[in-house]
Amino acid sequence: MLEARQHSGASASPLLEVAGLEAWYGESHILHGVDFQVREGEVVTLLGRNGAGKTTTLKSIMGIIGKRRGSVKFEGREIIRASSDHIARLGVAFCPEERGIFASLDVRENLMLPPEVRPGGLSLDQIFDLFPNLKERLSSSQGTKLSGGEQQMLAIARILRTGARFLMLDEPTEGLAPVIIQQIGRTIARLKSEGFTILLVEQNFRFASTVADRFYIVEHGKIIDGFANADLGANMDKLHTYLGV
Amino acid sequence: MNIQALSAQLLVGLINGSFYALLSLGLAVIFGMLNVINFAHGALYMMGAFCAYFLLNLFGIGYWPALIIAPIVVGLFGILMERSLLQWLTGLDHLYGLLLTFGVALILQGLFQNYFGSSGLPYAIPTELQGGVNLGFMFLPIYRGWVVIFSLVVCLVTWYLIERTQLGAYLRAATENPTLVRAFGINVPRMITLTFGFGVGLAALAGVLSAPINQVRPLMGADLIIVVFAVVVIGGMGSIMGSIITGFALGVIEGLTKYFYPEASNTVVFVFMVLVLLLKPTGLTGRAT
Ligand SMILES: Nc1ncnc2c1ncn2[C@@H]1O[C@H](COP(=O)(O)OP(=O)(O)O)[C@@H](O)[C@H]1O
Ligand SMILES: [Mg+2]
Repeated sequence: MLEARQHSGASASPLLEVAGLEAWYGESHILHGVDFQVREGEVVTLLGRNGAGKTTTLKSIMGIIGKRRGSVKFEGREIIRASSDHIARLGVAFCPEERGIFASLDVRENLMLPPEVRPGGLSLDQIFDLFPNLKERLSSSQGTKLSGGEQQMLAIARILRTGARFLMLDEPTEGLAPVIIQQIGRTIARLKSEGFTILLVEQNFRFASTVADRFYIVEHGKIIDGFANADLGANMDKLHTYLGV
Repeated sequence: MNIQALSAQLLVGLINGSFYALLSLGLAVIFGMLNVINFAHGALYMMGAFCAYFLLNLFGIGYWPALIIAPIVVGLFGILMERSLLQWLTGLDHLYGLLLTFGVALILQGLFQNYFGSSGLPYAIPTELQGGVNLGFMFLPIYRGWVVIFSLVVCLVTWYLIERTQLGAYLRAATENPTLVRAFGINVPRMITLTFGFGVGLAALAGVLSAPINQVRPLMGADLIIVVFAVVVIGGMGSIMGSIITGFALGVIEGLTKYFYPEASNTVVFVFMVLVLLLKPTGLTGRAT
């Protein structure tokens, strides 16, 4: 069935199309031609060892890596040369690995910070429905005083307000307790059911297998393999080799 | 104790404190966003006063419109300065911005000195604010009272804008992590430019306020800015309320010193600076980084 969906999806152009993407930090060449696609409504996960280039891939798509080359198309539009504020305004939202909660802003200000880029973002009620803890912490003085899990929820919640329908989440479960990981898993599933498209980076492959439609394996700044969640069993041995687990 | 003389010195202190606060506030806002210690701030303050002078003597435009026009004109000059010079220093050490703005200050002051000499040009107090009131314990010139109150209001409005509004949240967030704020869809480079223009506008506003009190001189800012930098060191860069309070407080302390121990009135601020640097190098309200 997934095969059929992939075929039908192949005729329509994907929501995100990355081809031959290269990126540099100063002199060091990090991405060496990354190719992959994300179709509308999918949850796609990039897996790979530490330092493989997953975060750099997301940042390159978001336009926050200074030197990048190749092609990134969003909704068919080339954005490899666009500035990150422009890319955000097209409806691409990014939740960074380090979460990026602002210490000089209180919780409410953190939540309200990203401007609306398109109509149809989640309302505050919908957000508090997803993350009830946030509502209680709203009047907290400093965003960075929240627990790690609450900071992660705040980091996801604030980009849901903006109306962006394509979310890039960089290791949202990193360092969190199992109950919170479950809550984030439920959130991702719910967002997917509401039609959001999600590009996820994960080290926690067990978590990823509960939410993702497809996986790509990143190694040394390239995509070296990819398969659907349905084919996970058949690819288990390969996967262990790739991830070294 | 001579109450009359004491309150007169207190008033002088409050007036000076108003200028310290307006100028160090602009410096703090600029430093937060651009990471630049703007040594041209005194020269831009001087340009504000000259702008008011030109408006009056070339176009017959008086004090009240000048209060709005001069900050805008000089603020636009600041924007030009940021776009043409400062933006290229992004990511470099503080020292580059400091040297560049110091150079700009020397050029501006040199140009004005070349054309207008070093003596002061008069600028009259607007008729509405002439005269004074007898408060019983002292005689208060209305213009001076106006400067203190107006400066305080401008400082508090700026504080409110930065600490309590959405625009201010963008500013604070961009001070912390400009890359991420930009990735949320905010045009951070434009915000940086406008912030510089705003800080410069505050300096120019202080210049207009000062014109009727201190006359209009090419070096009026050069003398003042040294004290203002000491104020900034004492208050700590990057705190809005800190620079406002420190500005007014040090003006008052200077005034009190003038009454109780006049010999030290020119050095008291620097003594404070040394003490603060020894005891708390990040400044009284500064955050350790
Ligand atoms: N800011 C940076 N400057 C220089 N090199 C970096 C920077 N960030 C990451 N790298 C390097 O780029 C490579 C890929 O990093 P990253 O994309 O963060 O990996 P991943 O997210 O897959 O763990 C690593 O070798 C890392 O050391
Ligand atoms: Mg990473």
